[in-house]
Amino acid sequence: MMKFLKKFYIVLIFIFLYAPILTLIVLSFNQSKTRAKWGGFTTKWYGSLFRNDQIMSALYTTIVIALLSSLIATVLGTMASIAINSMNRRMRSVYLGVTNIPMLNADIVTGISLMLLFIASGLSMGFGTVLLSHITFNIPYVILSVMPKLKQTNQSVYEAALDLGASHLHAFFKVVFPDIIPGVLSGFLLAFTMSLDDFIITHFTKGPGLDTLSTKIYTEVKKGIKPEMYSLSTIMFVSVLVLLIVVNYIPSKGNKNN
Amino acid sequence: MKKFISVLLVAVMTAALLTGCGKDSSSNQVVVYNWGEYIDPDVITMFEEETGIKVVYEEFETNEIMYPKVEAGASQYDVLCPSDYMISKLIENDMLKEINFDNVPNFKNIGKQYVDMSKDFDPENKFSVPYCWGTVGILYNKTMVSEPIDSWSVLWDEQYENNILMQDSVRDAFMVAEKLLGYSMNSTDQKELEECRDILVNQKPLVQAYVVDQVRDKMIGDEAAIGVIYSGEAIYTQRENDNLEYVIPKEGTNVWIDSWVIPKNSKNPENAEKWIDFMCRPDIALKNFEYITYSTPNDAAKELIEEEDIKNSEIAFPDLTKYNNLETYVYLGEEADEVYNTLWKDVKSE
Repeated sequence: MMKFLKKFYIVLIFIFLYAPILTLIVLSFNQSKTRAKWGGFTTKWYGSLFRNDQIMSALYTTIVIALLSSLIATVLGTMASIAINSMNRRMRSVYLGVTNIPMLNADIVTGISLMLLFIASGLSMGFGTVLLSHITFNIPYVILSVMPKLKQTNQSVYEAALDLGASHLHAFFKVVFPDIIPGVLSGFLLAFTMSLDDFIITHFTKGPGLDTLSTKIYTEVKKGIKPEMYSLSTIMFVSVLVLLIVVNYIPSKGNKNN
Repeated sequence: MKKFISVLLVAVMTAALLTGCGKDSSSNQVVVYNWGEYIDPDVITMFEEETGIKVVYEEFETNEIMYPKVEAGASQYDVLCPSDYMISKLIENDMLKEINFDNVPNFKNIGKQYVDMSKDFDPENKFSVPYCWGTVGILYNKTMVSEPIDSWSVLWDEQYENNILMQDSVRDAFMVAEKLLGYSMNSTDQKELEECRDILVNQKPLVQAYVVDQVRDKMIGDEAAIGVIYSGEAIYTQRENDNLEYVIPKEGTNVWIDSWVIPKNSKNPENAEKWIDFMCRPDIALKNFEYITYSTPNDAAKELIEEEDIKNSEIAFPDLTKYNNLETYVYLGEEADEVYNTLWKDVKSE
């Protein structure tokens, strides 16, 4: 009985998690434009998706901004973590607090204040301002995931490297960096996904003619979301799924060889 | 000293970065801010090819989202397409430029009745050129109601309990109540509005859901019998489900107009006028009508419609002279907005 309940519970959780995505995938093959009617199976939305310039350029912007902002934020965030880690206790908690605030802060506050700042400094809204804002809100996530790894490293190893004649930079890349790579990577991924699905901050800092996927989808509210968006979401979901399977599968293979 | 240099370095770098992404406004462009999915994308390409003006196109989802972006001046738009009441708000706050109609010769294609109706929000017809328009009415499923519908009162009929869809927006919901009680839908009279609130509260148990764009899908899927809907959507829903019928209630309704306007801080007003003129060209207006399915105020374009039943459709092109109780929304001022919002909150939280 207990066993049945356990299984039932798991199944329930999976339904709650995946039923919405499954609905979306099914609808992306729907011949009819409305969700209320099944018009037959079709893959035409996948074809028209790639012929739709607006969606394609939004996808391109989204990916470029996500990649660039998470890369830059990773570099800056890692540098900041190293600096914070070498501070004394009081300064460290002050700085960590300061970097944590933007993360807890409501997106709408961040978005509006960034917009006001950009206007005040005379910038014209566009790709640059969106990129700057994405870097801004990404940095705390990187720090958050690098800091714990950095704390685990042994300060003496680094000092030993220096004693043996390595320069600061050399010692960092040879000794410290390999230890914190998992933290840096997960920080990068976190920043990437955060940037990918941000709507509010992008909305306030974007200029005319620039759209990311989230802002593009939102503008379709009045006339109804196009089925092409369903197929795009399906493709994105499947790619992430495949990526996850590959990532999880490869290390276990590598371990066997070791 | 070292510290000072590093601080200086950071300052210089930021400054360089900031100036780097400033000012890139090229002269020969037009920045358009329009509703989402509110134009045939081919039309933009055609405009660019014919005039050589580059179109920077941005979309908004509601009037209320558009307004602060224009007001903040973060981006300098050249031409916008807000709705009636938002245009009166823009005019009131002195944010629009007068259109030079010498540069918009195709304005002659716009039907006179729509120009007259625009006077509700643009009294001297100086600032706006109509783009799309429509009515708000009742969409009902012929198989699910017992008799033909012609009045807002059906939304209070108990036999349709849990089969009614109301619009989830203050003005649209109050418009229904105001029209049913015979008041103006731009009323600011506290007593009248409280009366409206009371009947909306009474109606609440009968309503299946307060929705915005889901009316469309729910009606197509036979999930409700009666819904309040915009006429433009009605044509689309009828194509998907033959049993649906749209009617303008006899008590009158809201006629809405979305019009092109030029904001005061536009950098390329001449290009904006060229854009507006292009939109008024019959073949272009027709292309847009076929893409959006919202009624066009362009009489010349209407004549070009080939499908007879669309051309003579009572939904797309109702004879407005038949009704004497149609109105457009006007901006009521902040105080009245506050009253509406408070009363609407009463209804929703009841």
